[in-house]
Amino acid sequence: MTEYQTHEHDVLVIGAGGAGLRAAIEASAAGVSVGLICKSLLGKAHTVMAEGGVAAAMAHVDDRDNWKVHFSDTMRGGQYLNNWRMAELHAKEAPDRVRELEAWGAVFDRTKDGRILQRNFGGHRYPRLAHVGDRTGLEMIRTLQDHGIHQGIKVYMEHTVTKLFVEGGRIAGAFGYDRERGYLRVFKAKSVVVATGGVGRAYKITSNSWEYTGDGYALAYDAGADLMDMEFIQFHPTGMVWPPSVRGILVTEGVRGEGGVLRNKDGKRFMFDGIPENYKAQTADSEEEGWKYVQGDKNARRPPELLTRDHVARKIMGEVRDGRGSPHGGVFLDIAWIKSRLPNGAEHIKKKLPSMYHQFKQLADIDITEVPMEVGPTTHYTMGGVRVDGDTQMSTVPGLFAAGECAAGLHGANRLGGNSLSDLLVFGKRAGEHAAKFAREREAVAIDAGRVDAAARAALAPFDRGAAGGDAEGPYKIQYALQDLMQENVGIVRNEADIKKALDGIQGLKQRAGHAAAGGNRDYNPGWHTALDLPSLLTCAEAIAMCALERKESRGGHFREDHPDKDPAYAGFNLVVRKGLGGRPELRRETIAPLREDLKQVVEENK
Amino acid sequence: MSSTSATFRIWRGEKGKGEFRDYKTPVSEGMVVLDAVHQIQADQANDLAVRWNCKAGKCGSCSAEVNGMPKLMCMTRLSDLPLDQPVTVQPMHTFPSIRDLVTDVSWNFRVKQEIKPFKPRQPDAPDGTWRMQQEDIERVQEFRKCIECFLCQDVCHVLRDHHKHDEFIGPRFLVHVAALEMHPLDTEDRIPELKKAHGVGYCNITKCCTKVCPEGITITDNAIIPLKERVVDRYYDPIKRLLGIGRK
Repeated sequence: MTEYQTHEHDVLVIGAGGAGLRAAIEASAAGVSVGLICKSLLGKAHTVMAEGGVAAAMAHVDDRDNWKVHFSDTMRGGQYLNNWRMAELHAKEAPDRVRELEAWGAVFDRTKDGRILQRNFGGHRYPRLAHVGDRTGLEMIRTLQDHGIHQGIKVYMEHTVTKLFVEGGRIAGAFGYDRERGYLRVFKAKSVVVATGGVGRAYKITSNSWEYTGDGYALAYDAGADLMDMEFIQFHPTGMVWPPSVRGILVTEGVRGEGGVLRNKDGKRFMFDGIPENYKAQTADSEEEGWKYVQGDKNARRPPELLTRDHVARKIMGEVRDGRGSPHGGVFLDIAWIKSRLPNGAEHIKKKLPSMYHQFKQLADIDITEVPMEVGPTTHYTMGGVRVDGDTQMSTVPGLFAAGECAAGLHGANRLGGNSLSDLLVFGKRAGEHAAKFAREREAVAIDAGRVDAAARAALAPFDRGAAGGDAEGPYKIQYALQDLMQENVGIVRNEADIKKALDGIQGLKQRAGHAAAGGNRDYNPGWHTALDLPSLLTCAEAIAMCALERKESRGGHFREDHPDKDPAYAGFNLVVRKGLGGRPELRRETIAPLREDLKQVVEENK
Repeated sequence: MSSTSATFRIWRGEKGKGEFRDYKTPVSEGMVVLDAVHQIQADQANDLAVRWNCKAGKCGSCSAEVNGMPKLMCMTRLSDLPLDQPVTVQPMHTFPSIRDLVTDVSWNFRVKQEIKPFKPRQPDAPDGTWRMQQEDIERVQEFRKCIECFLCQDVCHVLRDHHKHDEFIGPRFLVHVAALEMHPLDTEDRIPELKKAHGVGYCNITKCCTKVCPEGITITDNAIIPLKERVVDRYYDPIKRLLGIGRK
């Protein structure tokens, strides 16, 4: 028997980014005991990287905005594969969730009349993103953190969960380890919220940090929950491309919101070509009109640079593929040009985009007030995730909830910028509320000791393999191989042959991951941690590839060059993967419930 | 860059006991210290412990001392370092060592917990919202840029050399208190704690913290000195003293 420590909570929240923190705060407010597990230190999760803003139809800048427009924008952006109930709740509740942050100490930029300022963003009809310069995520996570630490939540920093326990068809707790000393821990809980973010680390070029290995997806899948929409990965159109060491780091859409334009090597604004039909009526047809829009002219339509991320990313890929890219395989994003329009242009850029200014200055020796940036697509966000009930955020496993990027549904086939920060507030709160309710109404269930032992053995297996030698290999090479495989074969542009190659490759990597070994001891040992992250990455990669193969059309974040058009035959269902008998993933089509009549009308009115 | 590889002299050890070890690794254009550490971790030392997250200077996880200077490893470019000699990389000195480059920074999280939280005034509008002018929040927004990398705590001699962790909250949390005290909506009073438990008097304005702040926050001038002035106003104002008011 391996030694472990046991902790007991009513609600266990796994993940301490915006969604996890918001869930923990809400659960705690309901009077239950809450444990919050962070993979890193508190306040370092990926929410901190969010730049542009949080979408909420508060109508502070344009009084034509309201929840109906926000709902319609979100559904259009998601190509109508969204869980429409979530899109409805999100649009309705986001303003209150943002105001609540102000009551907890957040300091958003202001309008002239002293209210929260809102900015333009891709796919949003009106200026809708509450923001703090280009560091909105930092403001949000710090506000939630500083509020949360006074709510009696027990925080486990630098802990990783490797297994969820299900007993008698209900969630019963979790198993994990602490990084610092490698202690093994059992967390008994009546309900569990997974809020572990996405799986960007399955790709080579990504804006995600080491943490985003799809732990919540894999944990939930393993516990019997459904994963939905996994084929929809968002490739953010603008990541840094040079120098090589920073490739993939995010360049906020806020640059384009402030008037930045995309050009190819010939200086042409290529985004004006090939505007999708369903956005034509809303898009500027001249550079002049686009500029007026970003300057707040209510009669102007938005420039094509602010079309949805899936479209912009593919257009950039097209320019590069056809030989019109920038020297390092991207295109040019030019904000410096606005100096010709604004008297204090350079100062304006530094004020509105301070962290972009510093990021390029420090990492690439480039002054963005003088010269264009080089940018290209980077793996950014997982639209898919754990399939949940729209109101409660509970998965198909009783007592297991999911929120934020970890849950599927709100974004459909493509997420609008700014809808992630509002997602994690709205559904973090809901998940916390319902997880607390679930816990209060039930007694705890015992966890079978044999299962705990098995989880402990699995957690320590990489050391045994290291000691045994033989086929053992270090975990980093296996992770890199997976990242290359996914980048090349299930990336922005996909086809059947490539995806099949990826599926074969994943089987091989699963074999290798079974031999992933760790040396040294259990104290803060990243080799060991990486070995334990591999199964999660592989589970997610397989689900992504299976869904990508099945969806023989192009929609949102999923583009098939062998099926380049949207196919109405694929419009009525989501793809769902579940662990089948024998432990193999099983794929099925889940029909989307017909849109409620009143919401149908809302969509029609806002076409 | 002149050479194609460089030597990194990295501190390896646990709980304060250990040694510097040299690792030679290839370098290429644009690389930062964290890239080199990762390369070494992947190729030569799988168990080399290092904290990092965003790799873009936004999360404040990868704090360390590079050639003796407190830095974020992700924002320290190799092209700014002399690569003809080994680059030394060691953990922050002010916090207990856990392993290799990772230190125990939990003290910081405990300190923050002790600071009285934000307490807003009654809302200004019937819908429960407030009105604030942009120019009234700019100072607070400067403080709220803090990414909690704790490099200011690392360099502060009150903590680093004199180990006053029990009597002094350090520059990071003086900035935090300043952000709360200068928040236009806040109604809490933290001046008594500043004087006593938070130990603002220990700071003797050497401005080392300001120099190492990767966010460029003017810690000493904009946060600490105004807090010192508030304490002085409250407790040492000669006129109030004569009149016998305001003394606690």
